[in-house]
Amino acid sequence: MRRIRLFRILRTIRTALKALRRNPMRAALTALGIIIGVAAVIIMMEIGKGSSAAIQRTIANMGANNLLILPGTAASGGISFGAGSVMTLTPQDAEAILKECPAVRSAAPVVRARTQVIHENKNWVPVFIFGTTAEYLAVREWAAMAQGDMFTDSDIRNASKVCVLGQTLVRELFGGASPIGKEVRVKSISFKVVGVLSSKGANMMGMDQDDILIAPWTTIKYRVTGSSATTANQSSASPAASTQVNTLNKLYPSDQLNLYPVQSAAQQANTPLPVRFTNIDQILAAAQSGPEIPLAIRQITQLLRERHRLQPDEPDDFTIRDMTEMSKTLSSTSTLMTNLLLSVALISLVVGGVGIMNIMLVSVTERTREIGLRMAVGARARDIMRQFLVEAVVMCLAGGAVGILLGCGSSFLITFMLRWPTETSLAAIFSSVIVSASVGIIFGFYPAWKASRLDPIEALRYE
Amino acid sequence: MSVLALNFGHGALIQAMNVIELRDIYKTYHVGELDLPVLRGISLSVKHGELVALMGASGSGKSTLMNILGCLDHATSGDYLLEGQEVSGLSADGRALLRNKKIGFVFQSFNLLARTSALENVILPLTYTHEPLTDHEANRRAMELIKLVGLEDRAHHEPSQLSGGQQQRVAIARALVNRPSLLFADEPTGNLDSRTSQEVLAMFEQLNREEGITIILVTHDPTVARHARRTIHISDGMIVDGDFAPPAPGGAA
Repeated sequence: MRRIRLFRILRTIRTALKALRRNPMRAALTALGIIIGVAAVIIMMEIGKGSSAAIQRTIANMGANNLLILPGTAASGGISFGAGSVMTLTPQDAEAILKECPAVRSAAPVVRARTQVIHENKNWVPVFIFGTTAEYLAVREWAAMAQGDMFTDSDIRNASKVCVLGQTLVRELFGGASPIGKEVRVKSISFKVVGVLSSKGANMMGMDQDDILIAPWTTIKYRVTGSSATTANQSSASPAASTQVNTLNKLYPSDQLNLYPVQSAAQQANTPLPVRFTNIDQILAAAQSGPEIPLAIRQITQLLRERHRLQPDEPDDFTIRDMTEMSKTLSSTSTLMTNLLLSVALISLVVGGVGIMNIMLVSVTERTREIGLRMAVGARARDIMRQFLVEAVVMCLAGGAVGILLGCGSSFLITFMLRWPTETSLAAIFSSVIVSASVGIIFGFYPAWKASRLDPIEALRYE
Repeated sequence: MSVLALNFGHGALIQAMNVIELRDIYKTYHVGELDLPVLRGISLSVKHGELVALMGASGSGKSTLMNILGCLDHATSGDYLLEGQEVSGLSADGRALLRNKKIGFVFQSFNLLARTSALENVILPLTYTHEPLTDHEANRRAMELIKLVGLEDRAHHEPSQLSGGQQQRVAIARALVNRPSLLFADEPTGNLDSRTSQEVLAMFEQLNREEGITIILVTHDPTVARHARRTIHISDGMIVDGDFAPPAPGGAA
């Protein structure tokens, strides 16, 4: 019985193909509506996808994928001291995040300072003095250096006195001359300039991102901010640092008075001090992509809770901030774009469908005698209905197939000739196949129903 | 002996039975408030292997009668037994199945599918059989009938490439492809010139004589009706004469 049904469906499809072949021109013209509709959908979708990917890349460049991990909040007697008031983050946390969170593309530890930078007779207080690793540029998606190179990992290990400068700083201190190999002083520490960053302009808050000095975080932490491994972050440490008087015989401003007698090697071995981790001010991480931000946040949270040995009932000793505003903009832009394209596509497909219905109605009228004959030789109403429905669907599917080829070909040409970004969209192809089949069924239904309702006697007599 | 003969040699049981048995058939059309009686108490019978002409002027109700006999329409009242099977109560689908199995139609205007080969046209009724045939079997059967009507060299021609007589012969082959019990020919020579008319009518006679096919010729033309062994005259929705077969029917069956 199943076999017979399959056989019948195949036969119906063949009958439909034969019927269409009897008037190929009309079938082709009818399918043209669908062809254009589907091709338009695919071109739109592919251009749309391409441009939305391009827009996403641009927005991601602005730091939309970035996550800012800040140390936790200290609270005492119900009074919270705000984010960053407890030092809980270590450079090892940054390394672990990069290594163990698959949703994170890159991560860099950051130590901040705010102080004067001097070169010869000029001075400037940059907005950002960041101690970090070379990874920082990857996190910020900062394009290639304008001049020179970024410092290396060995510079970080050695706390080398090297730095790279932003364009604004170069302009203010060097008046546009190349600073490579020159020295700048930060809190009387001389830094050799090894590179100049490319220009990035202002960020979303209007802050000049080129007003920056980047150095190895070890250098900034130990040599500039003057905090030792055990002191808190710059805000709490700065009073101690700023009260110190820098004199020429003091190489490092962070030198502190030795309150205790110096331990001998034997004493040290006998009473090992508990190792304290080096604290950093924040960790900057970048998610693989915009949609993966929540996943990245989850992974980082889990990892840091494990690393910080937090009990399940303890609150996080860190906070993670994402650029919600930016990622919202990003997703709303692409949603808007998709919806816009979808409505355009829908209209063109509806137009195509109406065309199919039109021609099928004409076809039913024109083939009234054929319908009558088919009924006379034993076709049931449902056989006639099925035949016309299958004809419409076959026409739509064939039109859809040609439309897909046309659409893909055109979008390839558009990329090739106009250099617009396009991206092949499998979803568009699949959905246009489904949509063209459903257009065939929906708009083929009424004519098919009309055909099946014909009275064989009337139909046979029809002139 | 042709394959067709198999269908008509079911044995004494069916031969004794009438192919058509009409009892007191009424057909009334309702036009607005008016009742328009078209058939007014028709009773008739047709035996196996008969060649009957159904004659009447236009408006006499012969087309309506043919539609009822051909299971295209149903009567308002009365009984219709086709090979002993009650037909009047059947649904539209049931009637379609019956038409497919038991009845062949030949029309005045041939009604062949345009741009479709003679062979494909003959295969058409096989598309709607209850148990579908394989392509090979369908082709073989259609080819047999095309041979029977003498068009084997035209099997792959399209109707536009065939003469009127040839087209009507394709139509006859199509009507017979499902081995029906009954062949209706509705003014089969109406669109043909006198010479091809004679050919087509001779073919009906031959099919009736040699294959034992029961044929009902519907016509208003006495020269056509002369080819039949019995003529049923109908006028004003009532049978004038010829409603029952003569005691000793002829034919191969």
